[in-house]
Amino acid sequence: MIHLKNVHKRFKKPDGGWFDAVRDTTLHIKEGEIFGLIGFSGAGKSTLLRLINLLERPDSGEVNVDGQDLTVLSARELRRARQNIGMVFQQFNLMANRTVADNVAFPLEIAGWSRAEIERRVAECLDIVGLADRAGHYPAQLSGGQKQRVGIARALAPRPHVILADEPTSALDPKTTQSILDCLQDINARFGVTVVIVTHEMHVVRSICHRAALLNAGEVVETLLVDNKTVAATSELAKSLLEAA
Amino acid sequence: MEELTFAQALSNVLEMSPEIWQACLETALMLAIGLSAAIFLGGPLGVLLYLTRPGQLFAHRAVNGVLDWLVNLVRSFPFIILMVSLVPLTRVLVGSTIGPVAAAVPLSFAAIPYFARLVEQTLREIPRGVVEAAEAMGASPAQIICKVLINEARAGLISSLTILTISFLSYSAVAGVVGGGGIGDLAIRYGYYRFQTEVMVAMVLLLVVIVQIIQLVGNRLAARLDKR
Repeated sequence: MIHLKNVHKRFKKPDGGWFDAVRDTTLHIKEGEIFGLIGFSGAGKSTLLRLINLLERPDSGEVNVDGQDLTVLSARELRRARQNIGMVFQQFNLMANRTVADNVAFPLEIAGWSRAEIERRVAECLDIVGLADRAGHYPAQLSGGQKQRVGIARALAPRPHVILADEPTSALDPKTTQSILDCLQDINARFGVTVVIVTHEMHVVRSICHRAALLNAGEVVETLLVDNKTVAATSELAKSLLEAA
Repeated sequence: MEELTFAQALSNVLEMSPEIWQACLETALMLAIGLSAAIFLGGPLGVLLYLTRPGQLFAHRAVNGVLDWLVNLVRSFPFIILMVSLVPLTRVLVGSTIGPVAAAVPLSFAAIPYFARLVEQTLREIPRGVVEAAEAMGASPAQIICKVLINEARAGLISSLTILTISFLSYSAVAGVVGGGGIGDLAIRYGYYRFQTEVMVAMVLLLVVIVQIIQLVGNRLAARLDKR
């Protein structure tokens, strides 16, 4: 489903030096799985996620999603491919001057859906995330958890094959976190959407992931398997994260 | 000198109502041309100024640097000097250097970079993440500009336009002095040169009322559009 082959990404530091955020990394994510990217701050997990929809362009390597190498696409082709990859953000990134319904409608407007189709799909998606009664509200009138549900509904609206979630629960309290994780898991189970989720909490991995890559200094240290809410790990780093959770 | 009663002053002013009405129309014409130029040329310039900033959609150091410098350059001219130095251009464009249409040339020239800067500043307040979300959803640059940037900044843009309108109401009075006409011109011609103080006072009061109304309408509209 998602194949990252030897992707490398470095950033220029203010002092003129270079910082290798992702080092020559190869990663395969299967169709229909919930895959975690876990690590401490600065491990490169967000950058790795953003490489998948080319919000960051790799300096080298191949990004293959749904059988298509994204790095060779034209700008127009890339925009089409991105409509098939939903994204959920830590800070929600909703448009403040659009209602909940209009936020969810946005990706569909872009994709050129008809008004009637949009209306039907928006209602469907708000129903899935349990916000059907908030359609006419503005984001400022919602709680953090509700905003993130709108973010999920928006990502889900164009029926994507993949949803990328960048620390979707890090701005939320523990109780709301669980409900958002349940929501993602529900979407994965019902629609078979592949979910890639970035987190610094082992709890998130244990709670909904099938597998996870443990990252450190831009490299995959270990691929963790989750079985029945227990995480099998061998590396010291993974064990320390497990103990902390 | 004979003491002027209030009743006399009022009748003097009222006698001039055709001229006052004419002056209002001239001011309105100058503002309409200047503001249109600001919106349709300065607006896109402001968007471009924003989009070429580092980290933005069309980040381009050289283009951004040149635009930034040009906007500052025009904005650093005192308006009256800009007006005088644009006389040859005005003659070419309008065929005359007198009248409200001629005065609108330097007004437009000053309004374009002024509004461009206001637009740029307003757009900078939109969280980067919101634009990034639109990019991630596959929005084209045109869709990002029209559906995200302008819509998210709409309240700020109305406030900017309010500031611009009020600034240029007073600029139009300066333009009036060199033959542009308008309310400010009337105030100076009658009130200052002919010692008809009551006309000057009436014109200033009129301007005060107009400014208050513009600000009130601007505030109301911005508040209604702002859902943040």
